[in-house]
Amino acid sequence: MTDKSHDPNQMTGAAMIVRAFIDHGVQHVFGYPGGAVLPIYDEIFQQSEVEHILVRHEQGAGHAAEGYARSTGKPGVVLVTSGPGATNMVTPLTDALMDSIPLVCITGQVPTHLIGNDAFQECDTVGITRPATKHNWLVRDVNDLARVLHEAFYVATTGRPGPVVVDVPKDVQFATGTYHPPRKSDVHISYTPRVKGDENQIRKAVAMLANAKRPVIYTGGGVINSGPEASQLLRQLVEATGFPITSTLMGLGAYPASGPNWLGMLGMHGTYEANMTMHDCDVMLCVGARFDDRITGRTDAFSPGSKKIHIDIDPSSINKNIRVDVPIIGDAGNVLGDLLHVFKAEARKPDIKAWWQQIAQWRARNSLSYRKNNDIILPQYAIQRLFELTRGKDTYITTEVGQHQMWAAQFYGFEEPHRWMTSGGLGTMGYGLPAAVGVQVAHPDSLVIDIAGDASVQMTIQEMSTAVQFELPIKIFILNNQYMGMVRQWQQLLHGNRLSHSYSEALPDFVKLADAYGCVGLQATKPSDLDGAIKEMIAIKRPVLFDCRVAALENCFPMIPSGKAHNEMLLPEEATDEATAKAFSGGKALV
Amino acid sequence: MNQPASAYFLEERHDPTETHTLSVLVQNEPGVLARVIGLFSGRGYNIDSLTVSETENQKHLSRITIVTTGTPMVIQQIKHQLDRMIPVYRVVDMTLTGSSIERELAMVKVRGGGDHRVEALRLADAFRARVIDATTESFVFEITGNSSKISQFIDLMRPLGLVEVSRTGVAAITRGPEGM
Ligand SMILES: Cc1ncc(C[n+]2csc(CCOP(=O)(O)OP(=O)(O)O)c2C)c(N)n1
Ligand SMILES: [Mg+2]
Repeated sequence: MTDKSHDPNQMTGAAMIVRAFIDHGVQHVFGYPGGAVLPIYDEIFQQSEVEHILVRHEQGAGHAAEGYARSTGKPGVVLVTSGPGATNMVTPLTDALMDSIPLVCITGQVPTHLIGNDAFQECDTVGITRPATKHNWLVRDVNDLARVLHEAFYVATTGRPGPVVVDVPKDVQFATGTYHPPRKSDVHISYTPRVKGDENQIRKAVAMLANAKRPVIYTGGGVINSGPEASQLLRQLVEATGFPITSTLMGLGAYPASGPNWLGMLGMHGTYEANMTMHDCDVMLCVGARFDDRITGRTDAFSPGSKKIHIDIDPSSINKNIRVDVPIIGDAGNVLGDLLHVFKAEARKPDIKAWWQQIAQWRARNSLSYRKNNDIILPQYAIQRLFELTRGKDTYITTEVGQHQMWAAQFYGFEEPHRWMTSGGLGTMGYGLPAAVGVQVAHPDSLVIDIAGDASVQMTIQEMSTAVQFELPIKIFILNNQYMGMVRQWQQLLHGNRLSHSYSEALPDFVKLADAYGCVGLQATKPSDLDGAIKEMIAIKRPVLFDCRVAALENCFPMIPSGKAHNEMLLPEEATDEATAKAFSGGKALV
Repeated sequence: MNQPASAYFLEERHDPTETHTLSVLVQNEPGVLARVIGLFSGRGYNIDSLTVSETENQKHLSRITIVTTGTPMVIQQIKHQLDRMIPVYRVVDMTLTGSSIERELAMVKVRGGGDHRVEALRLADAFRARVIDATTESFVFEITGNSSKISQFIDLMRPLGLVEVSRTGVAAITRGPEGM
């Protein structure tokens, strides 16, 4: 037998986990300890290369890691214990799966000999998280651990990014085995995501774009995920073609909101011009978006007269909801580069003046207008002021879920990718506060603001304690309408205004709560107070809870009512009670 | 269009459905079958038949044969969804190859006497089913063939004293020299 005691690659499973973090460039881990991960916490204690951020609830760790990942392009890393630690991670894992966010989550597990015995804090983590992850592993042998960890990072970050879970029983953490640095053979040979688009398809697409009379570019989170270069290429393509461009909620910032070709967001609460342009276009170029139901409205009436080109890295996104004419499988940035190259070489900017004139007419409807109010802060106005007062600053915005999220998307102009973190696919209330924690960890000197709702923020408010502990000066800007506004809006529009359990009864005093957490509480109740209070918030270099008292019953418009097509939007000035009742075809419920 | 008030766009689709047989080559590792089955149940796809076994010639590879029914768009989705799973090497739509052979094996237990017994034996002979167990009052037949032949045989046994049936599910392979 050879003496392995001096082999630096001989180490415990717990040490391997920390070593793998270091080898993958991980600087921050979000986590919460417990019995089944104590050996790993012991390793973390004895080194200084990886900083551990202690959250207050595992869900907070997951969303923080999501914010971290989305604002940096790097994977977010989470460490939680077995049983309840793992089950508390199910929401963020599912959230990350829906929004294609790379997460690597290490869960502790009971010792292998106890698996299946209903041991203390045992749960079937791989079983529970299987449909919530891109892939997951239970490691039963310490000598498999290095390979699995490296594969986990690879799978999370390549192809369509997503969350992965590595479940490590406690005896495997204690056992000694052989570590190796990452190498190619660590990955399943069956996993080969396609990056480069098919040349013939790209040529077909260019021919279509070059002959378009009424084109539109519709982009999504895939452009952001592909990296900053993809957004640059997208901007060049818009410039080279002169086409109008819209984006999903997840894609905001890929093209600047101040850009001349920007139509605003599309979909259920998108702008009139974006949705009308989608409906009436003759050629649609979809990049890294997935035609989901908040975007398409009624699928049989979705953009009926257009030829559709769809660039996506995930073949299963193609033809899932909407049949497309030219699918191109590949990475958004890679394909955009090739497409731009071919377009510049072989095509000229088509003349679409008439189309732009039409679009100008739609724009003139001013679908985001709202009436001004000097006494009460309107939520739209609050976001507009927040935007104006943070303009030009190094700002990152996260949100919770509800009306405030839609108003943020409508009224905050994003100029750059990776600056906007929101829960799109899963729509997770409680996402924004911990996501802001994660963003602030990655960007300690930037201004990080969670645009929150009074109901959502209470779902993960305990992470204020994390922010205080780690001196993360996040700003929680609560649009406090004292309702679950989005729920109340649907109840008003669809359920006869029977406001069943959507009033935020017994709200805490957020200013006092801030004080209790040891951060700063601010409040604004009148439009005339607002600017001063926002400036104060920005100036404070500590975490802030900002209670912005806004109009309670404001509705979020424009809106595509259920069962309607893009060209049947309800605009704010038309949304009288009667018109609203008519627009919603379940009419009966409104009587 | 009349639909209940809902935050979702409710649509009914009545596209015609098709039945396809898919061969899926996977890494034989713990949980891989659960992944495949979870995909079908989680996304509401149909499984008409599913068989799985390690294939002998290539180490650590299993072959899953799935018979499923859905609209052409759903069938395409199923194939893409399977293909993007990490341990899946290949998905082949045997129905689209146009040259696949599909076989299933069933064991069929029939109990009875007199004329029924004679008739059962006669039919078994016509279907090339073998007797693999017999008592004075029962037979177990073994029958191989495509699924419709087996179903037909079972239907014929029903009035003759059918007790129970055990079917393997479908295995499929393409004709000709090429492998999948
Ligand atoms: C975890 C979770 N539970 C329930 C919902 C359903 N939901 C969507 S928006 C909303 C109300 C949000 O209220 P608030 O945070 O105050 O935001 P507002 O709409 O008032 O701006 C609810 C309950 C959800 N999205 N997430
Ligand atoms: Mg609210």
